[in-house]
Amino acid sequence: MKNKDLSFWLFLTPVLLALAIVVFIPLIIGTYYSFTDWNGLTVTKFVGFEHYLNILKDETFIDALKFTTLFSIVAVILLNIIGLGLAILVTQKLKSSNFLRTIFFMPNLIGGLILGFIWQFVFINVFGEIGQSLGIPSLQGWLSTTNTGFWGLVILTIWQMSGYIMIIYIAYLQNIPNELNEAADIDGASSLQRFRHITFPLVAPAFTVSMFLTLSNAFKIYDQNLSLTEGGPFGSTQMVAMDIVRTAYTRNQLAYGQAKAVIFFIIIAVIALSQVYYNKKREVDL
Amino acid sequence: MRKTKKRFFLEVIGIILALLWVVPFYLMISNAFKSKVDIFRDVIGFPSSFNLANFKEAFTELNFLNSLFYSTVITVVSISIIIFFSSMAGYALSRNKSRLSSTLLLVFVAAMLIPFQSVMIPLVSMFGKANMLNPVGLIFMYLGFGCSLSIFLYHGAMTGISASLDEAATIDGANRFQIFIKIIFPLLKPISVTVAILNTIWIWNDFLLPNLVLSQETATIPLRMFFFFGQYTKQWHLALAGLTLAIIPVVAGYFFAQKQIIEGVSDGAVK
Repeated sequence: MKNKDLSFWLFLTPVLLALAIVVFIPLIIGTYYSFTDWNGLTVTKFVGFEHYLNILKDETFIDALKFTTLFSIVAVILLNIIGLGLAILVTQKLKSSNFLRTIFFMPNLIGGLILGFIWQFVFINVFGEIGQSLGIPSLQGWLSTTNTGFWGLVILTIWQMSGYIMIIYIAYLQNIPNELNEAADIDGASSLQRFRHITFPLVAPAFTVSMFLTLSNAFKIYDQNLSLTEGGPFGSTQMVAMDIVRTAYTRNQLAYGQAKAVIFFIIIAVIALSQVYYNKKREVDL
Repeated sequence: MRKTKKRFFLEVIGIILALLWVVPFYLMISNAFKSKVDIFRDVIGFPSSFNLANFKEAFTELNFLNSLFYSTVITVVSISIIIFFSSMAGYALSRNKSRLSSTLLLVFVAAMLIPFQSVMIPLVSMFGKANMLNPVGLIFMYLGFGCSLSIFLYHGAMTGISASLDEAATIDGANRFQIFIKIIFPLLKPISVTVAILNTIWIWNDFLLPNLVLSQETATIPLRMFFFFGQYTKQWHLALAGLTLAIIPVVAGYFFAQKQIIEGVSDGAVK
């Protein structure tokens, strides 16, 4: 097909149209709105960087950004360790390998909203009862403090997503030739040495994929946040995505919410691009 | 001897972890059978009887058949449209070797980096002005958000399909559209399964977008679950029965197609 072929353009028109209307046009006019007093219907004046300057003084947003960043870092580290651990476990040719894989992956198929509600019950009622009957006060009152809300979200995220990360690592682990491990075994290498010198370097490309996925996924979390803690207590576990939704739809500050959304876009884009760049560079160095 | 011992040890660790993974589901289902008082009295034990009363009430309150219907229609139609148009686009992009074509592919890949929340506010307002805040509008939005990854996957799969097939068919007098439908599309079936699975997991479970677009009458399962939870927040026996009902279709699907699902997700993530 050539550029001037009618069929080339006919085949591309539906998706180009949808992508433009749904993603690019809203992004462009949204960026424009963020510099105005847009109220959802009309624009009466241009306000320059007013919204952006206000965001710098907006404690709700700053707190949400701090909370989201801390959450994402902890979640990414734990997800990758646990995901890789599960992957190594289920590739040991155990009798239960297939069964385990199925179980670990299952929470991924269920929406974050529903999982959040289930865990709300587990944290509040089940943890509470265990804490009461065993006399462990730290198990009581989960999700009612910032700290337990934070760890509640981390536990939920790990339980939901580590099966997915496991799948990614499995794909790479299965590409490691068996002979390598056997040869090392004969040479007297311990399991730890084999992991350090064979498995780890060969699985390194999987970090590109999975760090990128987990970091941007963790940063964009909304459903789990809404159903597990609703941002509470007192908005202290509110993440950036929820702050944007609430600014726009609870407080009806559409232009201001959009300015936050533009900043959110820039953060996600920077994370994604720097990760791809960094990981590509490291792979070449290896 | 050392090997068998180690293997046994790993099997045990695996089973313990699997139990840990299943515990939340066990707690949800077992408590869905209990009365409000029983949950308060003993949250961990088995239910004393398998009373379906909670499920019946949740089924009616959730308007379950209605939300199941809208979830199914919206997911199936969106997936079909995404598959059809994305495979066409992936085909066209891979058969055109110009710089324009690779730039367009880059545009689709770049679109994947744009988070939903950063286009959400103007998008919903635009569709509101056009009177498109309904299932049809939602399906169109899913095409827009879903096509990028799908085109990327189809484009990758096309590298394995030789252009000589196209040439042979052209000599036989077939036009581009016929070549695509009769020859290329059937060869793309494995990647179509992957595209269908990835998009189904996303669309079936999506909450925020339907919440902004759909009304009460056309609510999907996650959306209805959210309304329901708002009403029954202190009534865990009903809420848990509702959550169990909401999960049944997904677990049933997983039971029948787990191999394809895990393979599809693996393909989608690694490529």
